[in-house]
Amino acid sequence: MRVLPSGSAALLVEVADLDAVLALHAALEADRPPGVVDLVPAARTVLLVVDPEVTSLDAVEAALRRVTPRPGGRADAGLVELPVVYDGADLADVAAHLGVAPEEVVARHADTEWTVAFSGFAPGFGYLTPAGGGWDVPRRPSPRTRVPAGAVAVAGGFTGVYPRESPGGWQLVGRTDVAVFDLARDPAALLRPGVRVRFVPC
Amino acid sequence: MLTVLAPGPLTTVQDRGRPGLAGIGVGRSGAADRAAAELANRLVGNAPGAAVLEATLGGLAVRADADLLVVTTGARCPGSPVHTAPGPLRAGATLALGTPPAGLRTYLAVRGGFAVAPVLGSRSTDVLAGLGPPVLRAGDVLPVGGDAGPFPAVDLAPGADPPGGEVTVRLLPGPRADWLTAAAREALAGPWTVTAESNRVGLRLTGPRLERAVDAELPSEGLVRGAVQVPPAGQPVLFLADAPVTGGYPVAGYVDDADVDRCAQLRPGQTLRLRR
Repeated sequence: MRVLPSGSAALLVEVADLDAVLALHAALEADRPPGVVDLVPAARTVLLVVDPEVTSLDAVEAALRRVTPRPGGRADAGLVELPVVYDGADLADVAAHLGVAPEEVVARHADTEWTVAFSGFAPGFGYLTPAGGGWDVPRRPSPRTRVPAGAVAVAGGFTGVYPRESPGGWQLVGRTDVAVFDLARDPAALLRPGVRVRFVPC
Repeated sequence: MLTVLAPGPLTTVQDRGRPGLAGIGVGRSGAADRAAAELANRLVGNAPGAAVLEATLGGLAVRADADLLVVTTGARCPGSPVHTAPGPLRAGATLALGTPPAGLRTYLAVRGGFAVAPVLGSRSTDVLAGLGPPVLRAGDVLPVGGDAGPFPAVDLAPGADPPGGEVTVRLLPGPRADWLTAAAREALAGPWTVTAESNRVGLRLTGPRLERAVDAELPSEGLVRGAVQVPPAGQPVLFLADAPVTGGYPVAGYVDDADVDRCAQLRPGQTLRLRR
């Protein structure tokens, strides 16, 4: 565990891999140090956002070093099934990266159970990790300026669903009509950390 | 109630934002100059988290639909007789902000706060995420809340107006400073010029190109306002209120949180120095 400086109101903790991130994040969620107003888990890091009026970075770092990570400590947050039309513009490129036929990419994507590891990029954008692995596909060399809402994409070992139209650099494999972020729904985000996801071809 | 006659270049509703929602990818947002917004609330006896209006480069004109107590703070605009000194805006009276000679963002607070509908627990407009109350338009009618505390003991807050020209703020270490060459780490001090592409998300700065020592792809990681991020083109971005929850380029430094509000008052063309 490496604690990296992030100014006067945050600490960035770098760990070995995503499993270590989730274990540390679970422990911090269960026993959040006083004055920590937000936790931002990502692929290899957890950012602790601190209210400098309540506590000091030194106190937070001391508390952090007393935390015992909880491997596998995240509760199952239920299963979501997302109907997908697998007609993404990057299916052929993804297939080439993985050395299989496009139909095989679709079959694997739909046969895999995915779990939301963390969120970022945009409200409701979850980073989903596969049970197993085998999805190490790079981002597009140059991001698209416009990816439509509902686009299902893969990159860097993750899959995700674009909550709204935005720029994006992931490889597009399909699309869903389900709104993954909807303020009229409670909770607004469908793909919250811990939610398991099945993509159903339609 | 208060009616918007003209919004100027950009006016949004802001409060203290949405802490604690990074788990669903929602950033903090809130007033870009937090100190100015809190001062405005204090001067009319509001709680610190009451919603205020954030006008960008003046131009905001409003009409009171009832007797109100109002104040402006931040960038001092001609046309505001209530700047840092709260006063009445009688039913039917108008307040029209001109263009501030220096500074960028002016806050208008009304006693009781603006009671527009909150989104995910906050009345802040996050222009990056597209969350919160819509950007104000002429004809909008804003409800005023009834939730104010005792009248404040002070009715005038002396304080410096946001300056024009060159501004220097404190720079603290960031997590990925070692992704820059030694020369680039020195050059991070500036001087930088604030460009017109800047907004509530961040200041886009231009100056000498910062060379990277590491060319790898950084897995996205969390950041907060104040982060100085260096994209591949070598021209840094200083993130402000509507910073994303995570970023995929190295953060080489952080402006001290206490100084970030001053950065939010910089306009295009101004010079920024980052002092270690």
